[in-house]
Amino acid sequence: MQPTADPGATPVPLTAAQRAAIDVAIAACRDLPGALLPLLHKLQEQLGYVPPASIPPIAKALGLSQADVHGVITFYHDFRTTPPGRHVVKLCRAEACQAMGCQRLEQHVQDRLGITFGQTSADGAVTLEAVYCLGNCALSPALLVDGRLQGRVSKERLDRVLDTCVHDGKEAQR
Amino acid sequence: MTAVKVFVPIDAAARSVGADEVAAAVQAEAKRLGVAIELIRTGSRGMFWLEPLVEVATAAGRVAYGPVTAADVPGLFAAGFLQGGKHPLLHGKTEELAFLKRQQRVTFARVGVVDPRSLRDYEAHGGLRGLRAALAMAPAQIVDEVMTSGLRGRGGAAFPAGIKWKTVAQQPPGQKYVVCNADEGDSGTYSDRMVIEGDPFLLIEGMLIAGLAVGADQGWIYLRSEYPDAEVALMAAIDMARREGLLGKSVLGSGRAFDLHLRRGAGAYICGEETAMLESLEGKRGMVRPKPPLPAIAGLFGKPSLIHNVMSLAAVPTIVEKGGAFHAGLGVGRSKGTLPFQLAGNVKHGGLVEVPFGMTLRELLYDFGGGTASGRPIKAVQVGGPLGAYLPPAKFDTPLDYEAFAQAGGMLGHGGIVVFDDTVDMKAMARYAMEFCAVESCGKCTPCRIGSTRGVEVIDQIAGPGPQVALLRDLCDTMTHASLCAMGGLTPMPVLSALDHFPEDFARGARARG
Repeated sequence: MQPTADPGATPVPLTAAQRAAIDVAIAACRDLPGALLPLLHKLQEQLGYVPPASIPPIAKALGLSQADVHGVITFYHDFRTTPPGRHVVKLCRAEACQAMGCQRLEQHVQDRLGITFGQTSADGAVTLEAVYCLGNCALSPALLVDGRLQGRVSKERLDRVLDTCVHDGKEAQR
Repeated sequence: MTAVKVFVPIDAAARSVGADEVAAAVQAEAKRLGVAIELIRTGSRGMFWLEPLVEVATAAGRVAYGPVTAADVPGLFAAGFLQGGKHPLLHGKTEELAFLKRQQRVTFARVGVVDPRSLRDYEAHGGLRGLRAALAMAPAQIVDEVMTSGLRGRGGAAFPAGIKWKTVAQQPPGQKYVVCNADEGDSGTYSDRMVIEGDPFLLIEGMLIAGLAVGADQGWIYLRSEYPDAEVALMAAIDMARREGLLGKSVLGSGRAFDLHLRRGAGAYICGEETAMLESLEGKRGMVRPKPPLPAIAGLFGKPSLIHNVMSLAAVPTIVEKGGAFHAGLGVGRSKGTLPFQLAGNVKHGGLVEVPFGMTLRELLYDFGGGTASGRPIKAVQVGGPLGAYLPPAKFDTPLDYEAFAQAGGMLGHGGIVVFDDTVDMKAMARYAMEFCAVESCGKCTPCRIGSTRGVEVIDQIAGPGPQVALLRDLCDTMTHASLCAMGGLTPMPVLSALDHFPEDFARGARARG
């Protein structure tokens, strides 16, 4: 499993860029009713995850306890507390996709990249996440790659998706 | 020469199999040939095995080609498809296709037909008539029409809508809300998504009418994060509605205010439960609230709230325009109107089938669905989402209405139907139902939080009839009767239906499914 933030541990200090992203998210959302979810989305859109060290400033800005903020982050599947890979592949594992053999795709990613749900490939290219229904149930199996829906996903199609993720011109940067 | 209209869906499902590439290829080929075309992106007609489905407006009406790939496009032009020319992918006039012709589309009348990004197109195809009628009516009259219509909540619970409307309307004046539950999390369902992407103004109009009827000046939409395309479509429609004076301080110049808030979920199935959704809208963990108080009395931010699924609200404009009696005239028994069924999973012709209640499951599966995609026999179908029952072929003659399904030990839910062929292992599906409940439980009540995990363990120990089966039934009994909401309360439905109808799959130990 991916290491998740230990609430007792001292969080990694925020970088200047992360602080700026938090300020942007707070400014955009603090006056909304029920601001915490939109704020966390806004933050994750910018950083790819919600750094644990962002909890104190968010809590302070919204007048919530740190426990409230931590509780919301950990309740929802969408919010990550560790950085994802360069690409996020969300593979549907709900019933309609099972009826069309999505388990074979899950196995295929595991064989090829050595990762299962919640993990990131060793080269940092792909984070694989489980999702329960993408609303593409007449074109199963389905997946979402960086927010883009794919249907009728065969092993070959999945390979093409993974190829584009792995060879995205950013391989050398790590 | 006038430009020929070519229609390519912008629906997420159509895009998932290449509709954008097809649209680009059509534009490029037209340019290359110097032919004038007007490319219009629509919703989907809901015939997904034909997607991407390209339509051309001819003198005789719209004709359909599909499934089209970008590579097919030059050949289509060469075959004269702009004049409806013959081609192996030609299916003839769209409206004449059996899959569509046998339907009675009321909610989906415009989906796949109009440009979802055009309010003008919406009006040209009958949009806003319901709202205009509502603006001329007293709020109580609107509530009466909904009462007369017999509309029941389309989200799954099938609660009579009119009673909700009346309750919210009767609360003392003050801040009230209309809340739209667009957290369409059930596997096998996509009708909410199709309407939001293909006819978003219909939802907006439905919410406006609801606001007028119950005295709410704000509508909130909770849209699941798994629907990024729907979010783009809805945001664009809301922006346009504001610019055109449909939303804002004075709806269509009536002096009555109504505006919408769009909120994105964060991947929690439980937030489709209405009180968990309210908690989530308030920025909290999606923990289920005990009822009472009913949300109609103390809902969002503690204020009276009319909560409905997308399909329920989308049914409202027609009810107000044509009268509640029109709606009540469709369907059977206490199941009034039409239900957009969604054929999904291992089905040959998967898609959206809107018909009045009363057709049998068999007609839907074979006459519309054409059997399985794999060509193997159907072993089971799950109706009503992950909390719905697995039904064997012996139950396929059950009529599709709420009461008949309850009597058959199932539920219609949100109208999703997932088809499985004979390779499915029903014990594995029962185990998955418990596993899903364990993953998605909000954790507030013990039967759901703990029971689901115990359920997985017990199913893993079953290898034929014996004490573990009795233990599973006992556990399901506890979950059914002691859970706080439908998540824990209905998870036993898929589990027990699998056990009751397919005992042979529980007769052996675990097997890998390939």
